[in-house]
Amino acid sequence: MTRKTIAVAKTFIWVACLTPLLRLGWKGLTGGLGANPIEFITLSTGTWTLVFLLATLAITPLRRLSGQSWLIRFRRLVGLFSFFYGVLHFITYVWLDKFFDVQDMIKDVAKRPFITAGFLAFLLLVPLAATSTAGAIRWMGGRRWQLLHRLIYVSGVSAVVHFWWKVKADVRKPAIYAAVLGILLGLRLVFWIHARLSNPGARPTRHRA
Amino acid sequence: MLIKKPSDIRPSEITPKEIYLNRRTFMKEAAVTGAVLAASRILPALGASPSPSGERLQFRKSELSTRGEELTPLKDITTYNNFYEFGSDKDDPSNNAHTLRTVPWTVSIEGEVKKEKLYDVESILKMHPSLEERVYRLRCVEAWSMVIPWIGIPLASVIKAVEPTSKAKYVAFQTLYDPNQMPGQKRWILRWPYVEGLRMDEALHPLTILAVGLYGETLLNQNGAPIRLVVPWKYGYKSIKSIVKIRFVEKQPPTSWNLAAPEEYGFYSNVNPEVDHPRWSQARERRIGEFFKRKTLMFNGYADQVAGLYAGVDLRKYH
Repeated sequence: MTRKTIAVAKTFIWVACLTPLLRLGWKGLTGGLGANPIEFITLSTGTWTLVFLLATLAITPLRRLSGQSWLIRFRRLVGLFSFFYGVLHFITYVWLDKFFDVQDMIKDVAKRPFITAGFLAFLLLVPLAATSTAGAIRWMGGRRWQLLHRLIYVSGVSAVVHFWWKVKADVRKPAIYAAVLGILLGLRLVFWIHARLSNPGARPTRHRA
Repeated sequence: MLIKKPSDIRPSEITPKEIYLNRRTFMKEAAVTGAVLAASRILPALGASPSPSGERLQFRKSELSTRGEELTPLKDITTYNNFYEFGSDKDDPSNNAHTLRTVPWTVSIEGEVKKEKLYDVESILKMHPSLEERVYRLRCVEAWSMVIPWIGIPLASVIKAVEPTSKAKYVAFQTLYDPNQMPGQKRWILRWPYVEGLRMDEALHPLTILAVGLYGETLLNQNGAPIRLVVPWKYGYKSIKSIVKIRFVEKQPPTSWNLAAPEEYGFYSNVNPEVDHPRWSQARERRIGEFFKRKTLMFNGYADQVAGLYAGVDLRKYH
C-alpha cells in the first residue's frame, strides 16, 4: 500500500468512527433521542465502545488469515476510538447518571456486578491508550508492550459480561457480541496452538506452566 | 543458560509517527464534539410530531388523582414503552403493536367467583357509574418514571359486581397469548402469556384501576389496549396490559417477572427506595423529561393511602 492509499483509508476510518457520535449530536439537536435521552446516549456510547473494541480485536486475525499485513496500520486508530467511546460512556455515567456523586459511584462499583464489570473493562483500556505511542513501545520494549496490550482480551470479556448482566431478560444482543468475541479469541487460540505444533521449541522451557 | 529472545514485535506493528501525532488533533476534536453533545441536551426538542390518537372518551375527574405533578407528554407515554410482547427495545411497542386487534375483545372472569363468564370490555365498564380520570405517577423498575392521566374504573367495582366467593384470596391476571398478533411472543424471552397477580385487599384498594384510556382517549396498543391494570404504588410491570383473563384464586398466583428472576422481582414489587434491585439502586429515578434525577418516594408517593396494607410486613423480605 502506498502512503497515499493509507492516508485515504485513514480518513475514511476517521469519518466512519466519528459517525456514531455525529449521529448522536444530530439526534440531540433535532429531538431524536426519544423520551429518555440520557439512556439513549448511555446505550449508544456503550454499544460503540464494544463495536470498536471487537473491530480492534478483529484486525490481527484478519491480517493472519488474509495475509494483508497493512491492516495492522489501522489497529491503533480503531482501538483508540474504542477508548474514546468508552470515555464518553464513562462520562455519561459519572455525569448524567450519578451527577459526580462519588460515594454513590463507589457503592455502585462495589455492589453491582454489572457496573464492576463495566468499570473493569474501561479501566483496563486506560493503560493501553496511554501506551499507544511509538515512544511508549520503544520505552517498554516490544515484548512487554505486547504483554500489557493483551489486557484488551480481559477488557473485551468484561465488556461483554457488563452488557449481558445489564440486560433484564432479552439477551439476544449481548449474545451476538459474546459470539463475535468468542470467535476472535478462539482464532487466537488456534493460531497459538498451530504455532506451538509447527515449532515446539519456539519458547524456552521455563515459560511452560 | 538464559537465552535472550529477540523482540516479539515486528516492524510492521509499530505505528508510524504521523499517526500518533494525529492523536493530538483527535483529542481536540473529541473535546469539541463533547461540547456539541452537551449543548444538545439543553436545546428543547424541536418539531415533535403528534402521535396517532385513539377515540375520545367521556369521563369525570377523580378526587383520587395525584396533584401537583406535571403530566408527561403524550408522545413520550406512547413511544417509550416496556411491552415485551412487541419487542424489548423502548420503541419496539410503538413500532410493532399495530398488529394487535383489540376489537372484538373479551375478558374471561373466572375461578372463585359467582358470575363466571366472558365479558366484553363495554360490559365491564358498565360495572361502575362512569369512567374516571386518574392522574398517577408510574415508576418503572428500571428507575425512570412518568405522570400519566389514565382513564378507567376502579377494579373494586368490577370485583364487587362479579361476586367472588369466600375462597378468593388473590386475583390473577393474564395478557393475550397470540404470537401472530404479538410477535415478541415468538421468542421465549419471558414465559408467555404474561401473568400478574394481586392480593385481594390490593385489588380492592380504591387506587387500583382498570384503565381503558389516557389523555382522554382510548389506549393505544403499545399502552396495553384495550384494557389494562394500573397499580400506582407498585413497579410498572405489575400493571399488566391487554388483559384477557381475570381469575380469582385461593393461593398466591405466579407472576411473570418473578418467574424470570425470583431474586430480582418479588410478588409484591412495591416501589421502595430502600430495597435496591440487585443490579441497581432504587433510591432515585429519572422522571421522563427531566435532566436531574429525583428521589424515589416510598410506595411511589402513595404511602398515606396504601402503607396500611402492609402493616407489620417485612418489606425487604416480601419485596
